[in-house]
Amino acid sequence: MATYSTNEFRSGLKIMLDGDPYNIVENEFVKPGKGQAFNRVKVRNLKTGRVLEKTFKSGESVEAADVIDTDMQYLYNDGEAWHFMHPETFEQIAADEKAVGDAAQWLKEQDICIITLWNDVPIAVTPPNHVILKIVETDPGLRGDTATGGTKPAKCETGAVVKVPLFLEEGETIKVDTRTGEYLGRAKD
Amino acid sequence: MAPHDPTQDDTWRPSASIATLQRRAELIQDIRRFFAGRRVLEVETPALSHAASSEPHLQSMQVSGPGMATAYLHTSPELAMKRLLAAGSGDIFQLCKVFRAGERGKRHNPDLTLLDWYRLGLDRQALMSEVGELLTELLAARLAAPPRVITYQQAFQDYAGIDPFAASPAQMEAAFRAHVNEDVVGVGEADWPDLLLSRVVQPRLPADRLVFITHFPAAQASLARLDAHNPQLACRFEAFFGGLELANGFEELTDRAEQQRRIEAEQAARQASGLPCLPSDVRFLAALQAGLPPCSGVAVGVDRVVMLACGQDEIARVLSFDFARA
Repeated sequence: MATYSTNEFRSGLKIMLDGDPYNIVENEFVKPGKGQAFNRVKVRNLKTGRVLEKTFKSGESVEAADVIDTDMQYLYNDGEAWHFMHPETFEQIAADEKAVGDAAQWLKEQDICIITLWNDVPIAVTPPNHVILKIVETDPGLRGDTATGGTKPAKCETGAVVKVPLFLEEGETIKVDTRTGEYLGRAKD
Repeated sequence: MAPHDPTQDDTWRPSASIATLQRRAELIQDIRRFFAGRRVLEVETPALSHAASSEPHLQSMQVSGPGMATAYLHTSPELAMKRLLAAGSGDIFQLCKVFRAGERGKRHNPDLTLLDWYRLGLDRQALMSEVGELLTELLAARLAAPPRVITYQQAFQDYAGIDPFAASPAQMEAAFRAHVNEDVVGVGEADWPDLLLSRVVQPRLPADRLVFITHFPAAQASLARLDAHNPQLACRFEAFFGGLELANGFEELTDRAEQQRRIEAEQAARQASGLPCLPSDVRFLAALQAGLPPCSGVAVGVDRVVMLACGQDEIARVLSFDFARA
């Protein structure tokens, strides 16, 4: 069983805490000149996304989490699971609802996503930062209104609802930032 | 992940700007001028020694090479400087690099620049004034008020809401949780005072003036003598600015037997925490035997002073090359 000592702590390191895999987001070394050293860490639970802070006495060791991020292509949803394929080995893997979570609304067939595997099981899915989606439902566009800056909700092909400018119509494709859910612009064909 | 190739990025560049390095050089000159004006002799003592630190929280780096026995880089020049004092040097100061294994972070670099000075016949109070004068000269632009002096006990009462001399470990843990909403891992009973000081007290110290914390508990006396009127207290002080620890000073312990007991206790503490027991400087004890004149001494973290003078938040920004680029 691999372990890491606090002096190996750095952001991005994957560790086990209370039975769950965590990613170190921040690590701060704290030490009075003549006193005991501590590591103050901010960690993200890779299953729930929850961020918490912990203070370790320096020199403590923690178990390494067998977590890897791998690029995979989204194939389809069979109603229960989301299926992904490794673009080179063609190996397929199914992620359940817990792993996919909010990412589901951004998943478009053939897009390359990051699948986080813990002990070879998918625990998280990260969609591409930018996706191109077709609008399937929105109020009729206000012709010529490109300047007022008003927005309206538009439902996209993947189910996501995005605030878009008033002039956009059903059937148009738009570029969206999945990290913020923000409309970035019309997609160029 | 492909291994990082340092020839393909900009890490050949300094981690500090050239303007900061110029400011740093000016501050170093100011320090030398300060001591020249007070007729304090600049000295150099060996960075490489046959002895290692015996302090449980200071880890020496080991050095080896062809044709040499294992030696150690100093974590502080204090013992060698006290040997000079015992040999009749009079007032001395030193600016040097010291090396501390495992200390690396936003405010720590494993090799750092220390300013150490010793004044004969000065007590803790008088030396604290001198530290205040030097830091006021170097940091004038950052200081809006004269230094504040507060005891260790008062600082804990004011900022952590407990009496560090009366509180049990459980009460200290409760005080920590009351101020810092965090789980702790591996923190033992003896660690709470340091954790409270660095995570609860320090961040709450005023940010517009120097703060001296005095009268540390005897258990943290280090190389300070104990208070003549209250042996629970050590004649030790620290200086802070805006939560950043800048200096640590002692009215020096001159009693050889007491010093030897402390070194033995430190070695025992090292052994108990699984740290190597390395040779300590027996010549330092011999110097105390010969007679260390009554004196006070202090060490200032020069990199941190430069950080404050330059308005930087990270030590790397005031070092030509921090350890990541060294």
